[in-house]
Amino acid sequence: MSEKQKIATAYWKENLKYLIILLSIWFIVSFGCGILFREALNEIRLGGFKLGFWFAQQGSIYVFVILIFVYVWLMNRLDKKYGFDE
Amino acid sequence: MSVQTWTWLLVGITFALYFGIAIWARAGSTKEFYVAGGGVSPWANGMATAADWMSAASFISMAGIISFAGYDGSVYLMGWTGGYVLLALLLAPYLRKFGKFTVPDFIGDRYYSNTARTVAVICALIVSFTYVAGQMRGVGIVFSQFLQVDITMGVLIGMTVVLTFALLGGMKGITYTQVAQYCVLIFAFMVPAFFISLQMTGNIIPQIGMGGKVEGGAFLLDKLDALHTELGFNEYTSGTKSTWDVFAITLALMTGTAGLPHVIVRFFTVPKVKDARKSAGYALLLIAILYTTAPAISVFSRTNLIQTVSNQEYAKIPEWFKNWENTGLIAWSDKNGDGKIQYVAGNALAGDKPEFIERRGTNGERIISNASEEKNELYVDRDIMVLANPEIANLPNWVIALVAAGGLAAALSTAAGLLLVISTSISRDLIKKQLKPNISDKGELLAARISIFVAILIAGYFGINPPGFVAAVVALAFGLAAASFFPAIILGIFDKRMNNQGAISGMVVGIVLMLFYMMKFKLDMFGGGTPKDWWFGTSPEGFGTIAMVVNVIISLVVSRMTPAPPQDVQDMVESIRIPSGAGEASDH
Repeated sequence: MSEKQKIATAYWKENLKYLIILLSIWFIVSFGCGILFREALNEIRLGGFKLGFWFAQQGSIYVFVILIFVYVWLMNRLDKKYGFDE
Repeated sequence: MSVQTWTWLLVGITFALYFGIAIWARAGSTKEFYVAGGGVSPWANGMATAADWMSAASFISMAGIISFAGYDGSVYLMGWTGGYVLLALLLAPYLRKFGKFTVPDFIGDRYYSNTARTVAVICALIVSFTYVAGQMRGVGIVFSQFLQVDITMGVLIGMTVVLTFALLGGMKGITYTQVAQYCVLIFAFMVPAFFISLQMTGNIIPQIGMGGKVEGGAFLLDKLDALHTELGFNEYTSGTKSTWDVFAITLALMTGTAGLPHVIVRFFTVPKVKDARKSAGYALLLIAILYTTAPAISVFSRTNLIQTVSNQEYAKIPEWFKNWENTGLIAWSDKNGDGKIQYVAGNALAGDKPEFIERRGTNGERIISNASEEKNELYVDRDIMVLANPEIANLPNWVIALVAAGGLAAALSTAAGLLLVISTSISRDLIKKQLKPNISDKGELLAARISIFVAILIAGYFGINPPGFVAAVVALAFGLAAASFFPAIILGIFDKRMNNQGAISGMVVGIVLMLFYMMKFKLDMFGGGTPKDWWFGTSPEGFGTIAMVVNVIISLVVSRMTPAPPQDVQDMVESIRIPSGAGEASDH
C-alpha cells in the first residue's frame, strides 16, 4: 500500500468512527427518547413539558442541529490533521 | 386598512422582489442553469435549501395536523429534520466531491450503467411529480383564499409566476429567489407566533411559552390535556398510533428527506466539500426555527380553538368562525338543538368533507346534509389552523396578510425547485446522457427550458384537477425516495463492493414494493385492505422503512453473488471519500 493510500485509509477510519458516535446520538434522542422510551421519560417533567413529549417535539430537533455543527467542526479538524483541507 | 388591502400590498411587494431577483440572476450557461455556477455561499445555500424544503405543507398544514394529532404529529417534526443529519453526515460531502449535477448522474457513474441511470431518472420523476402536484394545489388554495379568486385562477397565477423565474434564472435565479422567499416565510411564520405566545403565556418565545403557564397558574400543556380528556379526545401529549408505526413513519420520513432529489441537488451548488457540510448545518438551523415553533403554534391554536368554540352559543361566535364557515372549511350542525356548539371526540360528519345545502338553519348556520349520528357537532379543516390562527387570536390585519404572503413564498419556492429537478432529469439525464450525447450547451439549455414549461403544464393540470389520490400520495413521495435512492446512494459511498446488479435490483424491488403497498392500501387496488391487513402493523406512510430495508438486503445479497465493480469505479469511490481536490462542479 502506498503512503497516500495509507493516509486515505486512516482518514476514512476516523471519519467512520465519528459517524458511528454521532449517528448513535441521533438515534438515541429521536427514536430512543422521543419514541421508544417516551412513556418512562414522560414521568419526568421539564417545566410544563413531559420529558418524552419534549424530546419528540423540541429536544431532538435542537440536538440534530448541534450534531451537524459538531460534525462540521470534527471534520474540519480531521481534514487539517491529514492535510486534506483547502 | 382591511385584510384584503394589506394582502394585495404585501403579496405585491414580495412578488416584485422575487421577479427583480430572477431578472438580476439570469442564467447564461448550463452550469449556471443547473448548479448556479457552483459558486453559492453556504449561508445563501442554506437559506435556499430551507425555502426549497419548507413547502406549503410545512407552512400551512403541518402545525394544523399536529394540533389535531398531538403527540402523533411528532413523526413530521423529527422525520423532516432528522433527515438532514443523515444528509449532512452520509450524503452531502461525498456527492459534492463527486462533483456532477444530479442524483441520476451519480447513480449512472457509480454503477457504470445507463440502466441504473434510467432507473434513477424514473424514480426522480415519480418522486418529484407526486410532490410538485401537491405544491401547485397549495399555491392555488392560498391564492384563492386570500385574493378571493377561484382555485383554477389561483393555480394559473401560481404557474405563471413559477414559470417566469424558473425560465429566466434556472438554478441561479431560483437559488437567490429562494433566499428572499426564506426571509419572507420565516418572518411571516414567526410574527404571529410571538404575538400569540405572549398573549397566552406571557413569554414571547413560542418554544418556551409552549411549556409555560397560562392565566390561573396551570401549565398550558396540562390544561390542554385536561380539556382533551374532558371532551373525550385522546390526551394531547400521548397519542393513538402504535409505537412501531411512529418509529417506522419517522424513519421513512428521515431517509426519504435525505433521498429527495431536489434537496440533494442543493449541495452541488456550493464551492467546496467543506461548504457542503456547513451548508447542511445552516439549512437545518434555519429549518429548525420553523419546526420548533410549529408544535407551539399547534398547542396555542388548539387551546384557543377549544376555549373559543366549546359550548358557546353560535349567535355569539366571533366573525372568523363564520368567514371560514362560508368557505366550507368549518361546519356546524346543531344536533341537539340547543343553539350551542358541542365540540367533542368523534367525527361530526358521515364522510370526510361537509356537504352544504343552500338553506340556513335557525341560528343562521349553513346546514349540512351529511351530519353523522355522533355527538360532535363541529367540523374544522386541519389546514386552516395556521391561516386562521391570527384571526382567532385577534391579531392586527397586517399580520393576517403577512401569513398569506408567507404561505405563497413557501409553496412557490418548493414548486420552483422541484420543477428544476424535473427539467434537469429530462434535459440532462435523458437527452444529453442517453438520447443525444452531442447536443450543444445552448441546445441543452433550450431543452431544459422546454421541459420546465411542459412540467409546469402537467403540474398545473393536476393542481386544477387533483386526482383524489394526490393529497394521499404526496406524503408517500418520501416513502418512494426512501425505498429507492437512499440505499443506492449510501451503499454507493460506503460499500465499495456494491456493483450495478446489486444496486439496480435493490432500487427496482424497493420502489415497486413501495408502489404496490401504496396502491393496495391507499388506492384500493390489488384487493385493497384496511389497517387490520397492514403488514406488521405498518401504515403506508411508514412502509418506506420496510421497503428500504428490503432494498438494502437485496442489494447486498445480489452484489456479493455477482462480479465486483471495475477498478476505475472503485478508485472513484476512494476519491469521493477524500474531501480535497473537489474543484468546481464540472461538466464531463
